[in-house]
Amino acid sequence: MWAGRNKFVKLAIMVNGDPFTHQAAGTAYHFTRAALQKGHEVLRVFFYHDGVHAGTRLNVAPQDERDLPRLWRELGKQYRLDLAVCVSAAQRRGVLDSREAQRHGKDGDNLAPGFRIAGLGQLIEAAIDAERLVVFGD
Amino acid sequence: MTSKVAPNNRIKKFMFVNRKPPHGSIYAQEALEIALIAGAFDQDVSLAFLDDGVYQLVAKQNTQGIGTRNFSKTFRALKDFGVSKLYVERESLQARGLDAANLLVEAAPVAAQALAELMTRQDVVLSF
Repeated sequence: MWAGRNKFVKLAIMVNGDPFTHQAAGTAYHFTRAALQKGHEVLRVFFYHDGVHAGTRLNVAPQDERDLPRLWRELGKQYRLDLAVCVSAAQRRGVLDSREAQRHGKDGDNLAPGFRIAGLGQLIEAAIDAERLVVFGD
Repeated sequence: MTSKVAPNNRIKKFMFVNRKPPHGSIYAQEALEIALIAGAFDQDVSLAFLDDGVYQLVAKQNTQGIGTRNFSKTFRALKDFGVSKLYVERESLQARGLDAANLLVEAAPVAAQALAELMTRQDVVLSF
């Protein structure tokens, strides 16, 4: 399938590891960036389990350390990526946009610009529309 | 195959591979939630249980002592979402002294080799 008619493939990416504790999320970022640089299409990056923490705008990375949430935001902006954070996984872990925060009576929100809250159906759709779903996790 | 509920009327073969025990982490429960949604979208869903994942199907689970939700009964709801293909790896069951006949839902015991073969026939494989 990879060596089929088209030189480029449609990918969907699933990120199941959080940005700091496990390398998986970093690998997901590097893989996604490399694929985009090669001209492949990334239909959606779907963040699940602890991966939802990539969508925070409140992390403070030490100066000499990798700031993965920021890197995802920049990559998302550069390639106009659909960075989707699973609503149920995010709620459980306290990653909320302003609408979710208001709806659940929370006094703050933390979702970063460039990310959006999405349902699990979006993961299924991405897996159907893409030629390959690549999953990163521990 | 087409389906009115499936996105773009397309149906793909999804396999969810479960390798972790049920209550030491969230993976088992959250993986099951995806499987249910995939079923709701009319996809061709299989669930595979291997390594410590076979513990997810042990009957009579009780989480009262740790105060977490006993989501194991949700496995019985899979049928209502059109998901009935469950596979447990025979070697993993044997290594843990478990019996396929004593699981909380019906799951087909398959040898590791056969499970690997099954995986190659899937369109989408997610591992938890």
